[in-house]
Amino acid sequence: MSPKTTNTSSSAPLLTMRNVHIKGLSDETWVDIINGVDLDLNRGEVLGLIGESGAGKSTLGLAAMGFCRDGCKITDGSIEFDGLDLLSQSRQQLRQLRGRRIAYVAQSAAASFNPAHRLIDQFCEAPLKHDVMARSEAETYATSLYERMNLPDPDEFGLRYPHEVSGGQLQRAMTAMALSCRPDLIIFDEPTTALDVTTQIEVLAAIRDIVKQFNTAAIYISHDLAVVAQMADTIKVLLKGDEVEQATTAKMLKSPKEDYTKSLWAVREYARAEQPLVTGQQPVIEITNVTAGYSPRQDILKDVSFAIHKRRTVAVVGESGSGKSTTARVITGLLEPRMGSVSFAGAPLPANYQDRTRDQLRHVQMIYQMADTALNPKLRIRDLIARPAAMYLGLSGRALEDRVRDLLRMIEMEPDQYIDRLPSELSGGQKQRIGIARAIAAEPGFIICDEVTSALDQLVAEGILKLLDRLQSELDLSYMFITHDLATVRAIADEVVVMKDGNVVEQGPKSEMFVPPHHAYTELLLGSVPEMDPKWLDRLLESRGADNIGDAAIARMK
Amino acid sequence: MSLISVLIWLPIVVAVSLGAGWLFRQTLIRLVNAPTAKFLRTAPLTASFGMLTITIYVTCAVFAPLIAPFGESEILSASFEPWAAPYILGTDNLGRDVFTRLVYGARNTVGIAFLITALAFVAGTLLGIYSALKGGIIDQVVGRLIDVLMAIPSLIFSLLMLTIFGTSVISLVLVIATIDSTRVFRLARSVALNIVQLDYIEAAKLRGESTVYLITREILPNATAPLAAEFGLRFCFVFLMISSLSFLGLGLQPPTADWGSMVRDNAELISFGDITPLIPAGAIAILTIAVNFVVDWLLHRASGLKD
Amino acid sequence: MKNLIIMIIKRLALGVLTLFLLSLLIFLSVEALPGDLAQEILGQQATPEAVAAIRRQLGLDLPPHIRYIEWLGGMVQGDFGTSLALKRPIIDLIAPRLQNTLFLTLYTACIAVPLAIILGMMASLFRNSYFDRISNATALSAISMPEFFVGYILIYFLALSGYFPSMANITPSTPLLEKLYACFLPALTLTLVVTAHMMRMTRAAIINILALPYIEMAHLKGIKPSRIIFRHALPNALAPIVNVVALNLAYLITGVVIVEIVFVFPGLGQLMVDGVRFRDVPVVQASSLVFASAYVGLNLLADIISTATNPRLMRQK
Repeated sequence: MSPKTTNTSSSAPLLTMRNVHIKGLSDETWVDIINGVDLDLNRGEVLGLIGESGAGKSTLGLAAMGFCRDGCKITDGSIEFDGLDLLSQSRQQLRQLRGRRIAYVAQSAAASFNPAHRLIDQFCEAPLKHDVMARSEAETYATSLYERMNLPDPDEFGLRYPHEVSGGQLQRAMTAMALSCRPDLIIFDEPTTALDVTTQIEVLAAIRDIVKQFNTAAIYISHDLAVVAQMADTIKVLLKGDEVEQATTAKMLKSPKEDYTKSLWAVREYARAEQPLVTGQQPVIEITNVTAGYSPRQDILKDVSFAIHKRRTVAVVGESGSGKSTTARVITGLLEPRMGSVSFAGAPLPANYQDRTRDQLRHVQMIYQMADTALNPKLRIRDLIARPAAMYLGLSGRALEDRVRDLLRMIEMEPDQYIDRLPSELSGGQKQRIGIARAIAAEPGFIICDEVTSALDQLVAEGILKLLDRLQSELDLSYMFITHDLATVRAIADEVVVMKDGNVVEQGPKSEMFVPPHHAYTELLLGSVPEMDPKWLDRLLESRGADNIGDAAIARMK
Repeated sequence: MSLISVLIWLPIVVAVSLGAGWLFRQTLIRLVNAPTAKFLRTAPLTASFGMLTITIYVTCAVFAPLIAPFGESEILSASFEPWAAPYILGTDNLGRDVFTRLVYGARNTVGIAFLITALAFVAGTLLGIYSALKGGIIDQVVGRLIDVLMAIPSLIFSLLMLTIFGTSVISLVLVIATIDSTRVFRLARSVALNIVQLDYIEAAKLRGESTVYLITREILPNATAPLAAEFGLRFCFVFLMISSLSFLGLGLQPPTADWGSMVRDNAELISFGDITPLIPAGAIAILTIAVNFVVDWLLHRASGLKD
Repeated sequence: MKNLIIMIIKRLALGVLTLFLLSLLIFLSVEALPGDLAQEILGQQATPEAVAAIRRQLGLDLPPHIRYIEWLGGMVQGDFGTSLALKRPIIDLIAPRLQNTLFLTLYTACIAVPLAIILGMMASLFRNSYFDRISNATALSAISMPEFFVGYILIYFLALSGYFPSMANITPSTPLLEKLYACFLPALTLTLVVTAHMMRMTRAAIINILALPYIEMAHLKGIKPSRIIFRHALPNALAPIVNVVALNLAYLITGVVIVEIVFVFPGLGQLMVDGVRFRDVPVVQASSLVFASAYVGLNLLADIISTATNPRLMRQK
């Protein structure tokens, strides 16, 4: 190898990118993904890369390894790692760097581990192939890393196959694997995005601990500012392939310079006033002692009861598998409960949606998480919105056309511009607005919002929340808001229902829910949501203890 | 012709075919509007050759009486006349003009294959989507039944069925269409299963839409791409199948001109070094190759694989 | 392991059920025969007495469910009934021919399976190279050719000049080497068609796996491409490849019928086609059942092998 690799003077940056341009193939034309980004990273430094989807974060992260996905190419600029020009290295030379000196931690650990091999074999592969360690040495090292990362039964842990361990454990196992050759640099590509909040914490704690201990430099990619604030020394903000600004974490949080960055921060502050509870009226939707499941042997919901009143928003929170979405399916009539009932304005609803009258169907509408799959891609906006108006209200011809245009104006989209488009010609936020228009076209009394903002970027999400808020007061709507994001709850809810394993563990007005004392699980859930304070994770670990977070803490509750 | 001379001629034939394909593509690009032209430009030479071939076959089938010099089953001379005017490809075992029968064969064989595929498609697609949409016990029962039908190799199954129902054109069409619709059912069901679990179908169900609306407006328009490619593949399959049956003497019955039975009728010539029976067989092969090339291109595009 | 055994038992039960339903289907389809089988055999001018006699002989006077049980019972014990056309026990007709057909299928499989897997792996390794494109176009062409076209072309080039026999006339007593020589052209015909199918499907199976995140992860760990194919892709591609092989061996069963006719090969396919021509219903029924059983059996075997190689099933808590 070239003698330059021995250049280890601590003053020179470990990674230098200059004016990097990357293009990607989209529909048979090359489009810009990264247009001229500079990046410097010193030894032991953690750089947070932040941006919305499509900002080019992952592409830039992979470029730091000299790697491009199929259909991407680096067209200009230079990437230097420890004095080596990565763009002029041969494939073989790059292979010797990857895994050994630069490692990668992917978003989905479940998909990134080979299902056919044991964890320990996958851990040892890089050290063995790069001649860094012997097999036995690598195994001992793995055990020590597993132990350090609080993985259960560290001696035996590596003998399992990927499908035999939980998501949070797998993500830590992948971090351990990245450390297997003691690299100088690790790229973390949204390592906790796919995890629940309580699990996210234990992975964050483990990653931070290990990065500090080995003094490894890292690039931490995320769309979640609060997460990056815990991990990074410096933060770089990207927007559509351009750098917006870069500053140290503390400075970035306190006084962002650019408008775009400020707007990202501002989102978190949106909150509306709690709506007054109208007393003396039947609740719009009342769920009474519902027990339900997909097979008779296993109940997903266990004796769930709560009510939603007129013009109020009830947020149902909980982690994956808590039964939030199943509750929605029972209300809509897609899943018949084994016991219990659902009523609308005092009158019971038939358990199966096929037995409901057209008017009953009209009054319960739904807005979905993924606007992409919630709209038929072959129908035009006009037809998508017109269908419920025509079906339920019997509109046709001129009247129908006018109604569609009114609805488009209500969701703040210019009718002439959008009415003849297909869903694929809209942005994510616009698609979600069409979903809302389709729901209100039925003139319902009640709408279920299933994680409506979680697939959207923060700014767009805020717009959607504001729109829903406005429509609620204009149209006297009641909402059931399914979410795992407590920031959304703070922003829009009047009441909160906390669910865990199919049970309602706590419920009450928002004003009470965010004030202690809580049920232990609610406290854990609330406490696990990262805050925009770089010291948040430190304080949390100090107050709870490193082995009382995430799964371990849940296990203690039982 | 020896093996050596074939090896010399083969690359030349391939090059000329691809060149013709290129010319055809360029001509088409000039004739059509911009978006279609952009689409056509992505066609590799193999697919262009495929499109050209399909065009030629369709022309032959449509204008068969104008192109063919003689009547379809007209007995003109002694059997097995050599290749010489006016019988450019000689005559067959009964003294009919081979070239004429070849042209009519395009109409009969291709036409029947197309009819069968279309029938199988309508039945298989509708049943497959219906089954995926309804799910539960209906899906289970229909699925198992189709599995059993598919557990018999299709050629064997059609032989069995033709024994029972005889070898009339109607029974041929119905038997093969039934067998083929099971394969279409499988694909349509799996495509529909992916669509049915999407939220817009749930939204439509909760709106109270009828089954007919769900199938025709919500599911079918989103299943056209995979189904179109499958149509090509199924056509090839059906076409090879009826040719094989005709070759076995169980397909289209004389005096209808049909490529499979032409091979069979003239097969004995091969042992005298006469390649006449290879011509209808080659006609079958070339059409199937052409359709496969086009389908391969469409599938490649649909899968979004990048070069 | 326990799960695996339960799984295998389940699949076997399902296979037996399928075979049972198949036999019912084959039996019932003959029931649906327009007109009377006895009348059919004797022709229109037969006397009613003669028809009645043959009905009794064939057991046609018994109710259908009794006949089905007797027929199926006979089949299981190897009694396939009597051929109407040849007036001989069907088992005597089928046994030697089945042996010949199995020999031809096995011969083809021994050449085609390794060839196809190697070619398919190479094509996936050198994806989008000229090797890949040419082999892909060639395979596509080979798939598109009817078996009789390939067969006659081979006869034209390799048999007329006297290299190989165009008629594969073998008996069970023919020595092995001579058999291999005599069956070379039919085996080659089948190989060409089946290899093309198998190669394309193998390639597709491996390429599917190469697009998965764990393969990208292996690249990012600095692993060599050859190791990525053999260590990371292949163990996971095994199940789909086994399925591909089984599917194509099952396809061979169909292809064999045509090839047997082209090369006048004394196999089961020829027997069945003759049976169809003479409307020899018991022969057609029996050979359909044999073909279908082989088909079901192969698919069952593939199912079991491909699930058995899946670590998820092998080790479940």
